[in-house]
Amino acid sequence: MQTFDLEANGLRALNEKLQAQAQNTNETAWSVVNPRGSHAIAVGLDAPIEVTVNGSTGYYCAGMNQQATVHVKGNVGPGAAENMMSGKVVVEGDASQYAGATGHGGLLVIKGNASSRCGISMKGIDIVVGGNVGHMSAFMAQAGHMVVCGDAGDALGDSIYEAKLFVRGAVKSLGADCVEKEMRTEHIAKLTELLAAAEIDADPNDFKRYGSARQLYNFNIDNAY
Amino acid sequence: MCGIVGLFLKDKALEPKLGTMLTDMLITMSDRGPDSAGIAVYGEDHEGRAKVTLQAVDPDVFNGLAGEIEDECGVAVKLRVIDTHAVLDLPEDKLAQVRATVKSLRPDARVMSAGEVIEIYKEVGLPGEVAKRFDIPQLTGSHGIGHTRMATESAVTTLGAHPFSTGADQCLVHNGSLSNHNSLRRKLAREGVTVETKNDTEVAAAYLTWKMQEGATLGEALEAGIDDLDGFYTFVVGTKDGFGVVRDPIACKPAVMAETDQYVAFGSEYRALVNLPGIEDAKVWEPEPATVYFWTH
Repeated sequence: MQTFDLEANGLRALNEKLQAQAQNTNETAWSVVNPRGSHAIAVGLDAPIEVTVNGSTGYYCAGMNQQATVHVKGNVGPGAAENMMSGKVVVEGDASQYAGATGHGGLLVIKGNASSRCGISMKGIDIVVGGNVGHMSAFMAQAGHMVVCGDAGDALGDSIYEAKLFVRGAVKSLGADCVEKEMRTEHIAKLTELLAAAEIDADPNDFKRYGSARQLYNFNIDNAY
Repeated sequence: MCGIVGLFLKDKALEPKLGTMLTDMLITMSDRGPDSAGIAVYGEDHEGRAKVTLQAVDPDVFNGLAGEIEDECGVAVKLRVIDTHAVLDLPEDKLAQVRATVKSLRPDARVMSAGEVIEIYKEVGLPGEVAKRFDIPQLTGSHGIGHTRMATESAVTTLGAHPFSTGADQCLVHNGSLSNHNSLRRKLAREGVTVETKNDTEVAAAYLTWKMQEGATLGEALEAGIDDLDGFYTFVVGTKDGFGVVRDPIACKPAVMAETDQYVAFGSEYRALVNLPGIEDAKVWEPEPATVYFWTH
C-alpha cells in the first residue's frame, strides 16, 4: 500500500504518479490522505490499480477513469467520474451535480444521494445510487444503466435515448419521451447483477423500469411551428 | 464563478473567532473570483446604539466628520476609520437623521450598511488583501457572510462588490446572475425602492428588503423570490438574528452546508469548510433547489 499525502505533496505530483503506473505495476494499492475537498483527484488513470481517497473531494474526482478502481471515503463535488471509460468508482457519501456525466463505461456507485443531472448524457456507463437522484438525471442518456434505490427528482430521463433506468422509490416527474416500461426477465437479471456489483442489498423486484418512448427519434410535422 | 462563505454560530465560545474563521474560509475561495471581496459581520448588540459603515475613495473625507455630525444633530457619535471605510457608532433613534446628515455633509461617502449590529467591508482585490486592509480576522460576532467576486453583470468597483445591504441589518451575497434585474429595478422604483448601482445582486437585495417592508419574514421573502427572480443564483442572506440560504430551481451554482452543535456553515465548495472545528463529524449536505433554509438566534 502506497500512501500519498495530498496536502504535503500537491495534486500534480499525485496525478503524475498515478497516471504513470503501467499495466503490470506492482504498486496496485494506493491511499490518498488529506484530500480536503481538492479538485481533480485521481483523474485520467489508466491501469488496474486501486486508489482509496480518505475524505471528501471537490470537482471532477476520478474523471476519465480507465481500468482503475477509485474508492472515496467521503462526499464528492460536481462532475465525479465524468466521462469514465472503464473501471469502477465508489463513493461512500453523497455526490454533487452531474456525477458520471457522459461516461462510456465502467461502474459508478454512489452509496448516498446524488444531486441534479446525475448521468447526464451517459453513453454506456452503469450508475448505481443507494439514495436519491436530483432533477434532470439521465438527461439525454444514450446507453448504459442507472439504478436508483431511493427517489428520483423532476424530469427523469428527459429526451432519453436507449439507456435503461431502474428506480425503486418515487419519481417526481418523467422528462420528455421517458416512460415506464415492463420489467422483463433480462432486466431483473441485469439489475441483480448491478446491485451485486455495487454491494447494495435491495430486491430487484421492488424496482420499476423507465426508458425511451422513442417518439423524438423522427421528425414529427405536428411539432413544427 | 464567485465564491461564497457563511457562518452562523450557535456556540457563543466561537464568537471571538468569527472574523478569523470567515477570513480563512474566504481566502480558500479566492480562485472562484479575483475581482473584489467583501464581508458582513453581525457583532455585539449594544442596547440603544446603532452603526453605520461608510466608504469613501479618499478616506480624508472622514476627517472632522464626527464633530460636524454632533454639531448638526446634537448627539455624540464615535467614528472609527479603517482604510477606506469608517464605522459610525450612534444612538439608534438618531439613525435616519444621521444618515441624512452624512449624505448632505459628505456626498462622496457611501453607506455600506446601517443597523444595530451589522458592519460591511468590501473592496476591489483578492480576499486576502481585503481581509488584511480591514483587519477582518479581529472582528467578533454571532454570524457573518463573505464573498469573492468574478464580475459578470456590472463593473469591477467597490460598489459592485458583495455583500449588498439595502435594509437595516440586512445583507445578501450572490453567486450567479439574474436575467430580469432591469425590469425588476423599474418595478421596484415604481414602488419607491431605489438602488444605487447597475448590479443585478443589489436588485435582489432590494427586492427582499421591499418584501420584508411589506410584512414578509425573510423566509417568506426568499420563497417569493423563487417566483419573481429570474436567472441563476445561490443566495446567502443575513439579518440581525438570522441566516438564510436559497438556490434557484435549476441549482447550477454550487453550495455545500455543514451543521454541528457549534455552528451552521456555508461554502461554495467543501474546501471552504475543511478547517472548521469538528467538520469530520458534521452533518454535510447540498442544499436542495428552490428550497429555503433559515436559522435564527
